[in-house]
Amino acid sequence: MLTEISSVPAPRFAALRSFHTARGGILAIDDHDSPAPDAPAEDTGPETARGRVRRAELGTSDAAAGIEAAIWAGHVAAVAEAGDHAAFAALFAHFAPRVKAFLMRGGANEAQAEECAQDVMVTVWRKAELFDPARATVATWIFTIARNRRIDVVRKENRPEPEPEDLSWGPEAEPGPAEQVATRQESALLRAAMSRLPKAQKDLIERAYFGDLSHSEISRATGLPLGTIKSRIRLALERLRREMKMGD
Amino acid sequence: MRDVGGGATHQLSEEILAGYAAGTLPEAFSAVVATQASICAETRERLRELEVIGGALFELGGSAEMRLGALEATMAKIAAVKAAPPVAPGPEAAPDPVLPKPLRAYVGGGIDAVKWRPIGMGAKQAILHETTDSSLRLLQIPAGCELPDHGHQGVEMTLVLQGAFLDGADRYARGDVDLADEETEHRPIADVSEDCVCLVACEGRLKFSGLLPKLAQPFLRI
Repeated sequence: MLTEISSVPAPRFAALRSFHTARGGILAIDDHDSPAPDAPAEDTGPETARGRVRRAELGTSDAAAGIEAAIWAGHVAAVAEAGDHAAFAALFAHFAPRVKAFLMRGGANEAQAEECAQDVMVTVWRKAELFDPARATVATWIFTIARNRRIDVVRKENRPEPEPEDLSWGPEAEPGPAEQVATRQESALLRAAMSRLPKAQKDLIERAYFGDLSHSEISRATGLPLGTIKSRIRLALERLRREMKMGD
Repeated sequence: MRDVGGGATHQLSEEILAGYAAGTLPEAFSAVVATQASICAETRERLRELEVIGGALFELGGSAEMRLGALEATMAKIAAVKAAPPVAPGPEAAPDPVLPKPLRAYVGGGIDAVKWRPIGMGAKQAILHETTDSSLRLLQIPAGCELPDHGHQGVEMTLVLQGAFLDGADRYARGDVDLADEETEHRPIADVSEDCVCLVACEGRLKFSGLLPKLAQPFLRI
């Protein structure tokens, strides 16, 4: 499995990366509550399913998203077990630009975001053996590393972590393949649910997560009352939570 | 706020948990969430789900091109970093019946290591973290006693760690969270069973409505 994963040619990832950049992020994809348009024909990589799953097609697209998540998890395993440079380069090409964008939206300038994104990828290398595919996808894991780095550097605060701390990312006794599949399926269902979310709701939770505006700033920017914003965020999160559990 | 079913009955709101998962809460409030999550498995699962949502937003979100040579620079950093020597566990490593780990890190040990200061009427406090806009403190209220009546300048979040308190008709025990804002004038009373220990995060400073506590406020820092 590892050799197969490590042999994914680099140019393919470069192509995916430029496709992503051109697409202009989450807000550009889905405009309304209606199902998202079909993926363009050239988008045949493991990312086909992203944000574009229709209810009726969930089976196939779910599998595609699952394969993609499994590939990333395999890359992290290759880094952990063999210090695999090619696997790391692929992870870097896909995730580092996302980390950088995330940090810039959270208030970092370009130079700071570049530096921090590199540091986040250093952590990915160093903590690769702590990554647990039964607990999270690689995207979620790297998101939490980037988030913690943002708290360190941009907010200059500590982040208290719950006890037991090994509950976060510590290795557990041989996580079964069933848990790994469940984790990836949850992630695929969530993407599908996110693509069906009305734009206004998705816009609000994105702002809440990326931290570029406080609730009261969002209130001023949109002209919506603070209470409306809070309840919309809550409703959107509850809906996503519910739908990502559909596979249970 | 009320959320029946498993663990604590007065749970953290979706908004607060999402703020923790997103990393946008001030440290004082993050500490309350981390402490409550240490006590309540349901909160840990809700936080995990919110992190999954954050991960999806992150992956579907925009990307910003890395500079030329970024990968090489990162590989150089990896080569330069030596494995950190193992750190001997401090006094905060030992389990404690009252203080979960996030708080032991602030206190530098368990409940016996807390440096209490009297604030009148038998109550005591220990400030754990304070910035200009928020603060985190431990409060100890003797069994059956009342915390002075007070309003707030901003949001105040109280988590019970030991004993229980009554606020109006509601009873709050270990793991329960009471959220109050500017409009709330509440008067928590510690349950008679034992002294009540709470963790309190607030925006701004507390203000008391009685005359005497108001005069004492600058000295007590409450």
